[in-house]
Amino acid sequence: MAITMPELDAAVLARRDRIVAALCAIVPGEGVIASEQAMRPFESDGLTAYRALPMVVVLPDTTEQVRRVLAYCHRESIKVVPRGAGTSLSGGALPLTDGVLLGMAKFNRIRDIDFANRVVVAEPGVTNLAVTQAVEHAGFYYAPDPSSQIACTIGGNVAENSGGVHCLKYGMTANNVLGCELVLMNGDVVQIGGRHLDAGGYDLLGIITGSEGLLGVITEITVRILKKPETARAVLVGFMRSDDAGDCVSRIIGAGIIPGGMEMMDRPAIHATEEFVHAGYPLDVEALLIVELDGPQAEVDHLIARVETIARECKAVTCKVSASEQERLLFWAGRKAAFPAVGRISPDYYCMDGTIPRAKLPQVLKRIRELSEHYGLRVANVFHAGDGNLHPLILYDANKPGELDKTEAFGAEILKLCVAVGGVLTGEHGVGVEKRDLMPTMFSETDLAHQQRLKCAFDDKGLLNPGKVFPTLHRCAELGRLHVHAGRVPFPDIPRF
Amino acid sequence: MTDTLKPRDNKDVEDAVRWALAEGKTLEIVGHGSKRGIGRPAQTDATLDLSGLVGVTLYEPEELVLTARAGTPIAEIEALVASRNQQLAFEPMDYGPLFGAPGGRGTIGGILAANLSGPRRIKAGAARDHFLGMTAVSGRGETFKSGGRVVKNVTGYDLCKLMAGSWGTLAALTEVTIKTLPRPETEATVLVLGMPVDAACKAMTVAMGSSCDVSGAAHLPADVARNASGDLPPGAAVTALRLEGVAPSVTHRRRALEAVLQTFGKLTALDHAASQALWRSIRDGLPLIATDPAAHGALWRISLPPSEGARFAARMPDSARILFDWAGGLLWLRVTQRGETLAPLVRDTVRACGGHATLIEAVTALHRVTDVFEPQDGSLGALTKRVKEGFDPNGVLSPGRMWAGV
Repeated sequence: MAITMPELDAAVLARRDRIVAALCAIVPGEGVIASEQAMRPFESDGLTAYRALPMVVVLPDTTEQVRRVLAYCHRESIKVVPRGAGTSLSGGALPLTDGVLLGMAKFNRIRDIDFANRVVVAEPGVTNLAVTQAVEHAGFYYAPDPSSQIACTIGGNVAENSGGVHCLKYGMTANNVLGCELVLMNGDVVQIGGRHLDAGGYDLLGIITGSEGLLGVITEITVRILKKPETARAVLVGFMRSDDAGDCVSRIIGAGIIPGGMEMMDRPAIHATEEFVHAGYPLDVEALLIVELDGPQAEVDHLIARVETIARECKAVTCKVSASEQERLLFWAGRKAAFPAVGRISPDYYCMDGTIPRAKLPQVLKRIRELSEHYGLRVANVFHAGDGNLHPLILYDANKPGELDKTEAFGAEILKLCVAVGGVLTGEHGVGVEKRDLMPTMFSETDLAHQQRLKCAFDDKGLLNPGKVFPTLHRCAELGRLHVHAGRVPFPDIPRF
Repeated sequence: MTDTLKPRDNKDVEDAVRWALAEGKTLEIVGHGSKRGIGRPAQTDATLDLSGLVGVTLYEPEELVLTARAGTPIAEIEALVASRNQQLAFEPMDYGPLFGAPGGRGTIGGILAANLSGPRRIKAGAARDHFLGMTAVSGRGETFKSGGRVVKNVTGYDLCKLMAGSWGTLAALTEVTIKTLPRPETEATVLVLGMPVDAACKAMTVAMGSSCDVSGAAHLPADVARNASGDLPPGAAVTALRLEGVAPSVTHRRRALEAVLQTFGKLTALDHAASQALWRSIRDGLPLIATDPAAHGALWRISLPPSEGARFAARMPDSARILFDWAGGLLWLRVTQRGETLAPLVRDTVRACGGHATLIEAVTALHRVTDVFEPQDGSLGALTKRVKEGFDPNGVLSPGRMWAGV
């Protein structure tokens, strides 16, 4: 772990007792956790290679408490790290030794279900799956479905702009959120959007979504719900070459078909998952594609036939259409268990998350294989093929000296490769601490300064989740300075009328 | 007469903003000027005309992405993607005809800066949901970029969304990347005839709550339907529900939708061509074009929770003509009143319903005395101001267009 976190604030640490007492006054009862043992479960999130004990954990359960905690910390210049369920795969909720960890788990109520406007109003600690469960009796669901949906919270989903296997057709979190109540670091409470489709004014909702807990703490969220499609069927297609699989994906989209889900796995991923789940995957293929079509029966039948034709044209060696709901779920069971399945064949694994233009897939897979040999580390690839979001899983053993460092170096090379072919560092897991220092491979100093000034508008002292997303912290006063030429500047040489 | 600067490239845009910064001048950013009438009347020292930044620089239909310079005509982009059986799914509206200008103008940068979406917004999302990447020059005279050219990306803040709907007050977009999607093979529209507003809103709610995957839901009272295209039955209020997709699916869903709606009133349907004509006319607000100059009054755009559409309408004067889109969540309100008498009623009602109102068109006197965009106060107003100051600390770019002091 070679990442530098913000310098410890000795003055804050020195008054820890007083800070804990002040927080206890704001959040009474068991809302403040200060003993080392009790804080231990909070020391990391889904990116377990990084750990730190927070100074103190606070678990508020009203907006007013959140407001007072933040206003107090702002006044006292104390850092704050917000946390949902702690399932982040990029270290977004990694605590700071001199910071307050603000856990939102007690905000776990659904406040309103509004079928007429097709929205659910939920507190941020409600799990993703619980939103769907609250409305499925009426045939509705919440579309974004990250793999961690049983545990991850809707507040965390907004912070990370979470995706899932269905986001090619149904969008990411940002496309499914209509409003939120946000508490700023200075204690201001801001209402943004609501139950209408477009919030007025600047699209603050659009930047809060995916802001990784750096702009404010969300205390209420309004999300859209959709009517469940009439039916869904999946096709399992095997290829001898990953190029053919990539070609098949392109041709399906080229034919005007946007599947509900389209996932690819390479040979190591197929073998790991088949041994774990016994989904009936063919073991003699190089690439496996799951294509799911959803909608009215008539539409699904029509499109499945077209997908089968395209698959055959792309030299598919196996092609199996789910004949029942049970079989469809079995097709998915392997893919959905890909991470734990890989976890069974290796002591540890490191999950990467880059997006690439899909056409570059063969080139990227080839290079990943070369790097795998170079580093002497195995890789299994799962791929949200429809939107180009690649998840290479690097297999390693943390107990072998130096292997984690080697893994991180390998991972960084994969992400740089994604950027080099026209892609991006992260498709859905977020930058967090994990990819923070790679940001300059995608963004210039000027790009990052414009992003950081936005942070300054929300958090003038840089107290909310510092050390995440941005490789270098600048003071807002320094960022705000505008350099204008002192003397007169000639009228620029631009055509004028 | 104010100067017009017409940059040829990104560097020219930077130079123009730097000049304005150094000289203490202000710039109005325009493309084709098709939406120039929207916003608070502001005096700027010069016009920054981006319509010279043209050309599609990347279009990969199978990757679902297109990159173009910001001044590229939207008509050119729509024709290009149509040639590959794709479309901009957010169905950008064309404000030209509403302002008495010819249709078919507007640039991709202008569409995004105004976050313009059409009837399909209820299913496919708004312009901001399809805005993937950008290069822009901020009010600091610096070029910055955000996003990328892939459809799934969470690297850094999503500044594209912030630019969408900022009406040129934060930065001048110079190049943009958007998502393109397959064009539906066919479409049909189911019409329910003769319903009053509250029944129509209920019918739209039922349709949106069905599995029929409705991609347009609008209600046109008789006095609005009269002026719409698409061969509508004469004399009746019309509630229109659009279905798009592959032919077998549209046929199937049409039957299902008709079954769901049969208790609401007399049903009929429009085929592909008539359906297209109707939705284009709804998209651009054509039925509300002021045909009688004497009756020419204000036009408001109201965004509401769909269930509040009928309640809002009930509080407007009888003479008001209202087009209900987005299943009741978007109201175009044409009032005959010339003065500012109606502004307080519109604002109060929209606040009570939970939404926001934009004054799209008014006689100049009204513009001067009332807000155009929904007023923001308290912490939201302060936050908005700080966001503006981050990108444009000296207030060079279209100052005051959205709110005074922003």
